[in-house]
Amino acid sequence: MNFRVRCVTIALLAGTTVAFAAETVSLPPDQLAKAIKTDALTIPTPGELFAALEKPGKPDWAGQYRTPIPMTYRNRAQIALNLGGLIADGFIAVEAQDSQQVKNIGTDIIKLAKALGVSENVLSRGNSINEFAENSEWDALHEELEATQNEVKTSMQSHSDQDLVILVSLGGWIRGTQVVSGSVLKNYDELSAKVLRQPAVVSFIHTKINGISPELRNEPLVKSVNEQLVNIEKLVAFQPGKTPSLDDIKKLNAAVTKLMDEIKNKADAK
Amino acid sequence: MKRPIAILLGLLIFTGGISLRAETDEEVEAHRSVLDLTGAFSNEGFRLRDGHWVGVVNPKERTLIAVNLYAGNQYWFAAAANEKAKKIAVDLFDENGKQLVTESYNSGEKAAAGFSPQSSGQYFVSLGVLEGESTTFCLVYSYK
Repeated sequence: MNFRVRCVTIALLAGTTVAFAAETVSLPPDQLAKAIKTDALTIPTPGELFAALEKPGKPDWAGQYRTPIPMTYRNRAQIALNLGGLIADGFIAVEAQDSQQVKNIGTDIIKLAKALGVSENVLSRGNSINEFAENSEWDALHEELEATQNEVKTSMQSHSDQDLVILVSLGGWIRGTQVVSGSVLKNYDELSAKVLRQPAVVSFIHTKINGISPELRNEPLVKSVNEQLVNIEKLVAFQPGKTPSLDDIKKLNAAVTKLMDEIKNKADAK
Repeated sequence: MKRPIAILLGLLIFTGGISLRAETDEEVEAHRSVLDLTGAFSNEGFRLRDGHWVGVVNPKERTLIAVNLYAGNQYWFAAAANEKAKKIAVDLFDENGKQLVTESYNSGEKAAAGFSPQSSGQYFVSLGVLEGESTTFCLVYSYK
């Protein structure tokens, strides 16, 4: 059943009518510039990115695992960035339907979250993640990971750590982009490659980082990440409809891998 | 308070919204209403994104929310308003401001737009009051 037929089915199930809107209006750039941008809707989740990657065929998700990251960070910005990356790792393990890997990553997520002093609500998510993984409840795990990420952010805000919230989103986006570009490199096809066009996401994240406190923004790791985002934004700014070449993907993967390694390994973060 | 505190707290926990401000009764009502609508999409395998936007939309104005979509995915953007709005609209625009042809669902103070992007990138969801007064909206989206 194609998308349109399914839409009609949904509408009929809901007891109402469906219409196919006519193409009528164009909005001027100044109106688009005033659009609301919010972390909760404007930055896609790793789950959305991975759902798109699966369309041409199931990728080798397990082939995208990485070695466990340290749990001994002291710098709060570094913890936030790595926490976002870990949550993306959780989505990868869910896509791979690997219970043990989900449990391992769930444990690490809670450890890093504890290091940030997040609320008990977040910590109780760890038990849920384990329980769902034991029972192979993949859809529930998907929801739980999204909820965990949001609860971490809520907790950060209540602890006056709101500047760290964007770093969690950024960590997740970088890790997700690393995984998708790595997967496309292994098995290039045009549909998968097109997923990587995301200039507005990077632009939004870049703007948010420029709005955080100068003290945090000038920390060595955050400063370096922010500087590298300028180049990464160019690497994901393909023309609409243009398929990025294998060489484009190689450059992007190299850039996000370098950044991810720095986020994981940088020792001199304050 | 007109609505039970439990509902308010439950919705805040369920949605994981990152605003610390307590949602108003109207926001909670709009949110509850839109979640009713998205149930139909969930039955079709769409996954509800854990996040939402709430705010006031005025007649004869468009409220735009920027989203970033992936080619290959299918999306439903669903909105619900309070009863002060008799008829609402959800439309979608591309990054150049061109209105897109969408599957469109409308039922008074609830509406939705379905779309499968051919190109990944930024899009804009437009919310509008077609009939009725200024009122609180809640927007969510589902994907698969």
